[in-house]
Amino acid sequence: MNGPAMTARQLITLRVNGDTHEVAVRPNHTLLEVLRYDLGLTGSKQGCDKGDCGACTVLVDGEPALACCTLALMVPPGAEITTIEGLATKQGLDPVQDAFDRSGALQCGFCQPGMMLSARALLNRTTTPGDAEIRAALGGNLCRCTGYTQIFDAVKLAAAIERGEAPPHAPGAAPGHTVLGGRHRKADGHLKATGAAIYADDIVLPRMLHGRILRSPHAHARIVRIDASKALALPGVHAVLTGDALPARYGVIPWTEDEQALATDKVRFVGEEVAALAAVDEETADAALRLIEVEYAPLPPVLTPEAALEPDAPQIFEGRKHGNVTKRVDLAFGDVDAALSNAHHVVRGEYFFEGTAHAPIEPHCVVADVDARGLVTVWSSTQIPHYVHRTLSKVLEIPADRVRVIQPALGGAFGGKSDPFGHEIVAAKLAMITGRPVKFLLNREETFYTHRGRHPMKMSMALAADAEGRLTALDSKILIDGGAYSSFGLVTAYYSGQLLAAPTGYATYRFDSTRVFTNKPPCGPKRGHGSVQPRFAFEIAVDKMAHALGVDPIELRRRNDVGPDTTTVNGQRITSNGFLECLRVVEQASGWKQRYGRLPFGRGLGVAGSMYISGTAYPVYPNDMPQSGVEIRLDRSGRAHVMCGASDIGQGSNTMLALIAAEELGLRPDAVRVTSSDTDLSPVDLGAYSSRVTFMAGLAAQEAARALAGEVRDAVAVKLGVPSAEVTCGDGRWFSLRDPATGMTAAEAFALAEASRGRPVGATGGYRTDRNLGGPYRGGTIGASPAYSFTAHVVEVEVDADTGRIDVKKVWAAHDCGFALNPTLVEGQIAGSVYMGWAEAVMEEQAMVYGGPNPGLLRGPNLLDYRIPTAVETPDIEVFIVQSQDPNGPYGAKEAGEGPLHPVLPAIANAVFDAVGVRLDRLPFHPAVVRQALRCAAADAAAAPGGTGRC
Amino acid sequence: MLRIAPTFTVETPTTVDEVVALLQRHGPEARVVAGGTDVMPNLKHGLYEPKVLVSLGRVQGLDGLDLSGDPLSLGALVTLHRLAEHPEVRHLLPSLAAAVGHVAGPQHRRMGTLGGNVCLDTRCVYINQTYFWREALGFCIKKDGTECHVTRTGKKCVAAASNDSAPPLLTLDARLEIVGVGGRREVALDDFYVNDGVKNNALAQGEVVTRILVPRPAPIRRFGFDKLRIRESVDFPMLNVAVAFDLVDGQARRPDIVVSAIAARPRRVKGLPEGLLNHVLVAEWGEKAFQSTRPLPNINGDVEWRREMVPVLVRRAVAAATE
Repeated sequence: MNGPAMTARQLITLRVNGDTHEVAVRPNHTLLEVLRYDLGLTGSKQGCDKGDCGACTVLVDGEPALACCTLALMVPPGAEITTIEGLATKQGLDPVQDAFDRSGALQCGFCQPGMMLSARALLNRTTTPGDAEIRAALGGNLCRCTGYTQIFDAVKLAAAIERGEAPPHAPGAAPGHTVLGGRHRKADGHLKATGAAIYADDIVLPRMLHGRILRSPHAHARIVRIDASKALALPGVHAVLTGDALPARYGVIPWTEDEQALATDKVRFVGEEVAALAAVDEETADAALRLIEVEYAPLPPVLTPEAALEPDAPQIFEGRKHGNVTKRVDLAFGDVDAALSNAHHVVRGEYFFEGTAHAPIEPHCVVADVDARGLVTVWSSTQIPHYVHRTLSKVLEIPADRVRVIQPALGGAFGGKSDPFGHEIVAAKLAMITGRPVKFLLNREETFYTHRGRHPMKMSMALAADAEGRLTALDSKILIDGGAYSSFGLVTAYYSGQLLAAPTGYATYRFDSTRVFTNKPPCGPKRGHGSVQPRFAFEIAVDKMAHALGVDPIELRRRNDVGPDTTTVNGQRITSNGFLECLRVVEQASGWKQRYGRLPFGRGLGVAGSMYISGTAYPVYPNDMPQSGVEIRLDRSGRAHVMCGASDIGQGSNTMLALIAAEELGLRPDAVRVTSSDTDLSPVDLGAYSSRVTFMAGLAAQEAARALAGEVRDAVAVKLGVPSAEVTCGDGRWFSLRDPATGMTAAEAFALAEASRGRPVGATGGYRTDRNLGGPYRGGTIGASPAYSFTAHVVEVEVDADTGRIDVKKVWAAHDCGFALNPTLVEGQIAGSVYMGWAEAVMEEQAMVYGGPNPGLLRGPNLLDYRIPTAVETPDIEVFIVQSQDPNGPYGAKEAGEGPLHPVLPAIANAVFDAVGVRLDRLPFHPAVVRQALRCAAADAAAAPGGTGRC
Repeated sequence: MLRIAPTFTVETPTTVDEVVALLQRHGPEARVVAGGTDVMPNLKHGLYEPKVLVSLGRVQGLDGLDLSGDPLSLGALVTLHRLAEHPEVRHLLPSLAAAVGHVAGPQHRRMGTLGGNVCLDTRCVYINQTYFWREALGFCIKKDGTECHVTRTGKKCVAAASNDSAPPLLTLDARLEIVGVGGRREVALDDFYVNDGVKNNALAQGEVVTRILVPRPAPIRRFGFDKLRIRESVDFPMLNVAVAFDLVDGQARRPDIVVSAIAARPRRVKGLPEGLLNHVLVAEWGEKAFQSTRPLPNINGDVEWRREMVPVLVRRAVAAATE
């Protein structure tokens, strides 16, 4: 019997990177599929399915083309195709690759092969490209990590290299350090620059099957019957799975385990997983999917948080004590009511933050395999291998020692890959059933259903001040739209209040946050989890207060700054705090004093600040083990091997680990190998979330490296005949402090240590949070962090009164990261954060369908309808690093990956007020909304005094 | 990843005659593809289900530009990038060069062709989605269904013309050279587009556009274009406007304005006054254009806002024309 009807393969000749390939292609296969899966040239990436993102860009006869929109059979005979693998030569990296590596442009690296090829084509035309020319040339390549800032730098550097004008790369180091503080290349930069980095979908195993997931077309329905017999009967289909095979409920937070890998009784959002199958190829899997019959009994969907709270609302989960309420947190600190009634002035407002998606360019992908002894290995695009490990063991009902989770190179995450997912469980289960490797590569639409994006929040805030401009109370009430499952929602409810009490403080505080279930894709943690939304509201309220009191908004923030070494109103311990310095820097750089309030109509400045955590006091499941573990082994060859469970999601945590080891062990960074996020090989680290990695894994690495350095130092001291305290190291050597010429290579030093102990030289380090952090009340530890980062932004906008379009001309972003272990990477995190926040302010919105018969459908779940910014319109971002030297962080370091996102949204709103006198309290700022607000303001002005206030 | 259904073969003819023969042989089961930037996503979405895909990529003689005579001749396979960057095209046909320079992103413009853009399929928020999504919606009248979710009541598809080349080409009085079984014919672009979102052009089965013919513009004729979009790259129009008028001694004569990305057919604004070209006249043109434009929620963007932007774009297109 045959599988689904398919047209026959045809033999074609392709010229790729100078080689001639004869390859038999199916007529429906795109050039991208042939390059990746037939020729193994996996440097060309697949991001959006259909020509919206540019990750698949290759050069055809020197011109950038979209390989995903080109059928292989359409490629002209003789055309020369260049992929990223063809860019480097025997002489080394192409200047573009070298410059991208040097400039920090390779964060997750997933979009960059296409980006570099577009840059290459540009530089083939000119070696003196202007800013606008660079932006235009890269306008078809979406990047989600960098905010394009370091990409522009890289293209200019590449041009300078080609003109022979670029200085050689000199990383340098901070004073008192040999490595740290230097602008080092990333540990995996060369792999990402050449297309050699292996991402999940680049993994191809022999006999591998391809999986597909059948998803619910209903927002809310009971599953009456599933009949998979026809699908199973299709030749080429190896297994079909339904929910009854995986009944266990799971969730990232152990107290709210409400998810199932495949729905059993009912479905709760459009796109929920209902069945899954594995087949010999993707075409067969697609055909089989349509043969699965599911009978649903539709239920009325709950599509708004208000509807979820109606007394007679349909229950999304039956039998829950609190019905559709996931979690309510109601906390008060001090007498808020008295402070409000005694206030000199109270600013009251209603604010709305629409949900947004992470939209990393890499879609979720998982490969699972089972060996003959039953060890299940899962390669997944996850940022939490440890929690995936635990979940697989639980749901598959196999011991944890039978599971290995490996996170390959990750093409962006931003919090969207920090839950254990159904597709990971299903892939493993299908591999167990079939005895063959199984891959699931979600399409772009499926990533929008998998979601876990930013929660929509409706926020009501009252902010009070006394006559001196001291803030006396904040009263906040927030309704949070959680979507269909809990995910991190328990934490979200707390974070929506707990992370708001600094840097601008107030004497009393009450917050009442309620997260509810709705029949939408589940929300979760997106960069700045839980606090970006209330920060938006609060910083606008502060701006309104400044105007009400006649005080400069920067001055009002100064007056209410909580300062360092203090405790916030809700009991959080602040150690280092560089906020005032951040404010000073952006005030000066933006010309604030001369320009604020004085720019012509249509042009304005706005300011906002924020803080964020560097990890949380408690792991998501209670235990006394370290939150982060590092093991380092030295080798007589003169290298160190750092093993750590931490997830490098593009932020550069592998580089951070390598630099710390190099610093402590006197090595050049490239003599350090890092093995991370492989649960078989690396000690547990809880994952890349809550901005915890640099702080926690950094300290663990420091501890391990220092222990090893002590051993080596002792051995070297004996050899040199000097006290251990007089031995130091750096740049690949160990030597006498008194006589630096007396010493040896690191290899010789490590060999001495190995010989002196008679065993390999290795050590472990761990990080455990101080358990005394946080307020002495229920929930007081949530949001309690060993250190907080601080940020201030000033934004300059131009508002086009005709169209309502907000053009952000410039963002000055100053961020206190404690100490920059690698300034290039810190700047990349800041610029990327600014970009992502700006994008949420001006264009991004995960919303439901306009109308039609299925109101639970997502509007345009693809990268054309869900617009993320291109290189052309992304603002000019100027980054400033402020270093407050945290007493507890590794070398003084704190987080830099999430905090800098927060201020940009309210700063834009505040700048719009300065520009045109209109308050924007609802996100996103669509031009239509802005224009309407302008019209209302004009009508109000015309009607005043005694106007109706309406228009 | 979204895979294209494995149900068609690809033909790569090298002459127009072969193309026509293939189209004739396979009838409605054949579909023409040039650059592929529109056809490939539509295949991935299951909007097209051809048995035979006829690729024009190897057809000789369709990528010529002849700007020496009258009419100017633009081969159907000339890429959008080449047109947008071509100095003489930018000089002679500035609004067309600007418009095709606004299409999508750099890669699309290097792949996409003028013929392909002229024949671009209509777009709608309810149609340019995956099969799963469209099925979950209950499909629509353009493909696989019977309802229109935009108008809710109507039985006519209102998907919008979304090609940026159409408005300027209409103001240039362009004609299309079309080859089919019956031989060669010419049709005015004005007669080419029809008001049916399912298929908004008059291309008959078995026909292919081979050249775009543009009467050589008089030196006194001015042309301008503007496009409403959220992003500055890779964004279909929420509205696009082309203007043309003669300008002699400050007097604007024979004004012509085409507004598109509204309905299936680009709309020519009627009753435009002539006169001294100043902000009053341009405001009158804008008002006329506004009055004749009724956007629908068929593509992204607030409907009222899109309508209000019509006079703004008219003003900006006029400004571009007089730069």
